[in-house]
Amino acid sequence: MLPRSLRHACALACLFVWTCTQIGPVFAADAERPSPLRSGIEFTSADVRSLQDDDFQNPGMLWVTRGEELWRVAAGKSGKSCADCHQRAETSMKGVAARYPVYDAAAGDVVNLEGRINLCRTHRQAAKPLVYESENMLALTTYVAHQSRGARVEGAVPTELRASFERGRERYRKRIGQMDLACTHCHQQNWGRTLLAQTISQGHGNAYPAYRLEWQSLGSLQRRLRACYFGVRAEMPPYQSPELLDLEVYLAWRGRGLTIETPGVRR
Amino acid sequence: MVARVQVPGNAKRGEIIDIRIAIQHKMETGFRFDLFGKPIPKNVVNEVVCRYNGAEIFRAELGSGIAANPYMQFSTIAEASGEIVFDWVDDAGERGTERASITVSA
Repeated sequence: MLPRSLRHACALACLFVWTCTQIGPVFAADAERPSPLRSGIEFTSADVRSLQDDDFQNPGMLWVTRGEELWRVAAGKSGKSCADCHQRAETSMKGVAARYPVYDAAAGDVVNLEGRINLCRTHRQAAKPLVYESENMLALTTYVAHQSRGARVEGAVPTELRASFERGRERYRKRIGQMDLACTHCHQQNWGRTLLAQTISQGHGNAYPAYRLEWQSLGSLQRRLRACYFGVRAEMPPYQSPELLDLEVYLAWRGRGLTIETPGVRR
Repeated sequence: MVARVQVPGNAKRGEIIDIRIAIQHKMETGFRFDLFGKPIPKNVVNEVVCRYNGAEIFRAELGSGIAANPYMQFSTIAEASGEIVFDWVDDAGERGTERASITVSA
């Protein structure tokens, strides 16, 4: 008979091995994910929550309405609209946002939802790409992502995305800016604690594009990421730069299992 | 300008119904400055009027203190089937209109 402490250690070791086999392929990075996972909405006040929950009061729904109109508008030399190929977004776009960003073999690069819309515009519609963060781009992205509301973020990291994922992971833990802070210092090590008047969230992207009260407007996840760069007084990478795309890949993995809330409402 | 109007599609005569409207608008206060230090001119939706079968039932005058994308809600009494029409105008003179229909049963 083994001593009690040793038996406990054995049991714990068995439990650990069992857990590892249950989650499937685990990266060494798995311990970096916050536990339990909490969506940003849980860190906001009751008034923000009720604003998000009411589909009419939620200001982000205005962009969904606009996106629904744009979905049916023909664009470019092809004279085709999104609906001409994809028909009803309610069925064709359901769950799509949960899989993004993805690796696109044709483009040979990481593509997020905005990037996919522009690839569709240039390659299929023969139209000009939409300017990032323009009203029309936001409306279309929000409309498409809204179709996945309630779905769970998949956050898969296939082999082709592995390099991007690792770069994003590194970036997440690298100190930047005059404040000399990394993402991880707030959103991994100190979530749930207060910073001035606010509670630090876990920093997930599952509500984006989201309406931010601070912006008085709707914005993309990359705008939010750039706001964090600004917050730590670092140089903001341009929209669609590899740096931000890598972070998006890492964040999707980090927040996998969370429910998509687009259009979310945040402070 | 995108706007959304919510009116119950069916109601009984005499019933109190909720009417809601949300207008997408920046509601520029006039107190802000651009990157070059030039003041950004005030541009807010300054008037919203709601008519029920042609009769005015609600009017609001908005100013700088109202947040972007204004949302309003009020109630009225369902009297007859017909149209509820919203009209609004901003400081730049841009007009918007949005309508919804209601069926009233006895």
